[in-house]
Amino acid sequence: MKVTRRQFFKISAGGLGSSSIAMLGFSPGEAQAEVRTFKLARSTETRNTCPYCSVSCGLIMHSLGDRAKNAESAIFHIEGDPDHPVNRGTLCPKGAGLVDFIHSENRLKYPEYRAPGSREWKRISWDEAFTRVARLMKDDRDKNFIAKNAAGVTVNRWVTTGFLAASASSNESGYITHKAIRSLGALAFDNQARV
Amino acid sequence: MTNHWVDIKNANVIVVMGGNAAEAHPCGFKWVTEAKAHNHATLLVVDPRFTRSASVADYYAPIRTGTDIAFLGGVINYLLSHDKIQHEYVKAYTNATFIVNEGYKFDEGLFSGYDEPGRKYDKSTWSYEIGADGFAAVDETMQHPRCVLQLLKQHYSRYTPEAVSNICGTPKDAFLKVCETIATTSAPNRALTFMYALGWTQHSVGSQMIRTAAMVQLLLGNMGVAGGGMNALRGHSNIQGLTDLGLLSDLLPGYLTLPRENETDYQAYVDKRTQKPVRPGQMSYWQNYPKFHVSLMKSWYGDTATRDNNWCFDWLPKLDKVYDVLQVFELMFHGKLNGYVCQGFNPLAAFPNRAKLSKAMSQLKYLVVIDPLATETSCFWENHGEFNDVDPATIQTEVIRLPSTCFAEENGSLTNSGRWLQWHYKGAEPPGEAKPDVDIIAGIFLKLRELYKKEGGAFPDALMNLTWNYRIPHAPSPEELAMEYNGKALADLTDPKDPTKVVLKKGQQLDGFAQLKDDGTTSSGCWIYSGAWTEKGNMMARRDNSDPSGLGNTLNWAFAWPANRRVLYNRASCDPSGKPWDPKRTLVYWDGAKWTGPDVPDFKADSPPSEGMNPFIMQAEGVGRLFALDKMAEGPFPEHYEPFETPIDTNPLHPKVISNPAARVFKGDLEAFGKGKEYPYAGTTYRLTEHFHFWTKHTKLSSIMQPEQFVEIGEELAKEKGIKAGDRIKVWSHRGFIKAVAVVTKRIRPLTVNGQTVHHVGIPFHWGFKGVAKSGYLANTLTPFVGDANTQTPEFKSFLVNIEKV
Repeated sequence: MKVTRRQFFKISAGGLGSSSIAMLGFSPGEAQAEVRTFKLARSTETRNTCPYCSVSCGLIMHSLGDRAKNAESAIFHIEGDPDHPVNRGTLCPKGAGLVDFIHSENRLKYPEYRAPGSREWKRISWDEAFTRVARLMKDDRDKNFIAKNAAGVTVNRWVTTGFLAASASSNESGYITHKAIRSLGALAFDNQARV
Repeated sequence: MTNHWVDIKNANVIVVMGGNAAEAHPCGFKWVTEAKAHNHATLLVVDPRFTRSASVADYYAPIRTGTDIAFLGGVINYLLSHDKIQHEYVKAYTNATFIVNEGYKFDEGLFSGYDEPGRKYDKSTWSYEIGADGFAAVDETMQHPRCVLQLLKQHYSRYTPEAVSNICGTPKDAFLKVCETIATTSAPNRALTFMYALGWTQHSVGSQMIRTAAMVQLLLGNMGVAGGGMNALRGHSNIQGLTDLGLLSDLLPGYLTLPRENETDYQAYVDKRTQKPVRPGQMSYWQNYPKFHVSLMKSWYGDTATRDNNWCFDWLPKLDKVYDVLQVFELMFHGKLNGYVCQGFNPLAAFPNRAKLSKAMSQLKYLVVIDPLATETSCFWENHGEFNDVDPATIQTEVIRLPSTCFAEENGSLTNSGRWLQWHYKGAEPPGEAKPDVDIIAGIFLKLRELYKKEGGAFPDALMNLTWNYRIPHAPSPEELAMEYNGKALADLTDPKDPTKVVLKKGQQLDGFAQLKDDGTTSSGCWIYSGAWTEKGNMMARRDNSDPSGLGNTLNWAFAWPANRRVLYNRASCDPSGKPWDPKRTLVYWDGAKWTGPDVPDFKADSPPSEGMNPFIMQAEGVGRLFALDKMAEGPFPEHYEPFETPIDTNPLHPKVISNPAARVFKGDLEAFGKGKEYPYAGTTYRLTEHFHFWTKHTKLSSIMQPEQFVEIGEELAKEKGIKAGDRIKVWSHRGFIKAVAVVTKRIRPLTVNGQTVHHVGIPFHWGFKGVAKSGYLANTLTPFVGDANTQTPEFKSFLVNIEKV
């Protein structure tokens, strides 16, 4: 029977002590690293990738809740994924503090609006936010879109509103952002790769 | 990275220069440790500071910031003059043998064709001589005075150890020690890897610094081999992905390029990019450009894109210039930009010359910020005392802030520095009403469509006809989007060798980009990502970490672009006859019938060595370029130019041409550059291991570890200025000042440059006026508004400051 290190801990946590499992005649494959199991044995595990630098360490996020329809998940611990070929279970000081990013008191929770000259934010609904953003973009685009340049050549560009995309967002976010924004004729469009 | 993180363990010599992997990429740096422990590798670190990477190095050499081309040009001179190059590799796999146009010249710091008022070059002489057969002329003996090898020797003969030491401040013996160690890897059984990051990109000559190192690697025969390569350690988790997907002013996905406004004829546009071979028998893979382009347009515009309308070519915006971020903020500063939409980006902190940025943003009519956190950018109008001293009442910008999810709250893939696309999974719901970026973009886009449908407006065709066949239109799933960029068959695809055999049925996912067509029967939103989600499913989610070759190429872990290949240019790991230069690091080989091996061959699988096809298949020549032709803004060979703010106020190589003659400088910014007399110290910004840009000051753990802003200076400078560790000091440039705690270290030592003493001032940049850490000044208050001549990446790493005790 071939058992990976992680499966082995699962079996162990299921009832028998690890030493007695080993005595039954099968031992786990060589560990690349080991996680502490006991506090985490009953958590739900989700595989993820560290969002900071481009080493892209594999993560295991531990959450409360078993993914049942009406059970709310809450991530309470994150560690390196020991099976990951690059980080082999390790995390740097930033990665080790990721759970604090998820639960930062500065996470934004609602769409907000700041009027010209105002000193404060006002909470608005998503529908209000999308409507206002689309209105502002459309008015600017309709007014300043350049269909033909001075030489009368078709150029179909819009350069009075700029866009920045996020290099910590997923490929799927990046793909649809590019697709949607370019279809508007946008050229003032960059991401962090520029800096 | 041409190679990848785990592959670093195969290196014999590791050069960390223009980066500080031990602090900025700690878990990747473990592969350096692995190489040292198990491969007896030698680690060399060249940096202005004795960094944590330096602290575990076998040898450390100091260097003045911004002078890496002088250093590496000196390495080239050393390798050529000591005959330490891999001859067979250089002759067969580089353009060393190619003969250059006789009009090409280099004199007193300028290449032929310089247009001084325009600050640019006419590059027509930076080309090959074309022979009677229509191909580039070569001299296999490499004796022709205009062959690339001879020109290279001539160009870098000025970069003597004395000249290097004089410019860089590196002691001559330290420089030579580095040269000797690097030179050992010219042996075919030894490999060197360069690990670099923003310490090379963030200069007005950043691209050419990287090029110089790549030339060193070509001369040593280290490109395409295990443990070799040019390894850019990228800054953000998906900066590689966003670059691949082309989210830059002048790009389309997969390194396709947007047309300029003088390229409005579709055929001329594709013909220019459909690179024909310039030597006989070469692959020149960009010959397939039309297949990639048409498949992209089919992904975006579906049935509307037809041959008759040139696949909607008119709908693509045409560039009058590149709208990079410096250009955009320049326009904004002059009131020529009305709106700005920032998705997960904090430009107030991330671009140079904060005073200019702040003024520019205050002139916007509207600003939209999509972010998981309350960033400085979204709060640029708030008064935060000395850290953001503005009057909200005078700022008439309308700001809308939209909360997005973070990594833990969504499915999707990120592309790491080693080009691996790794899938991740949602672990919890976001706080409050936060939404995924995908849903926010969809929400804005669908609302725009609704308005255009109702009201009409400027050129609605492209946005109204964009394919949007998602199951839930306002919330497309990451899975659908991944399948879309992979691409699919739009008709039954048959085997080119046997047209009766159907390879893929209409609607099926493509296996890879080799199946793409230019006749509208395939779609793919990003050709280099084709293969990521095939009929076999999500290849990015694979988790088999087995490594049969022992070289670390875990082919069944995730998906690496292109074609799941782990080491780029790996054909070059074999000699021309198809045998590995070093059997111990076999990646691929010719088995008599095909190319095969533990990696996916980066080559035409059935082309025998006897056909003479060369390894660098993306190039029209098939070989690596020591001479860059017209591809770079400031010259075909990298030349040392001083930073725009230089402590020596001259260029010892050519005093009339001090800084990059082809770099774009806006009016007003030139006046904002400081001179050495007033600002005598070389300032440089850097990251700390405990922080990530401006995010982690929002997290408690990072803020506990590094709570307060500091500036690092050497003991000698501290003594000169009467500053003790822990004193509060003021640091100012010609653009503004910051105040911070002084950290006085032995890590920064004064250097002797061109007869004068140069001190560095190290400025970590992680603080601001939002977050749970102690508030601090945005470090970009100090930095100059000028970028690299090719990429426009700002010169954050070399500028001038003065300091005093507060």
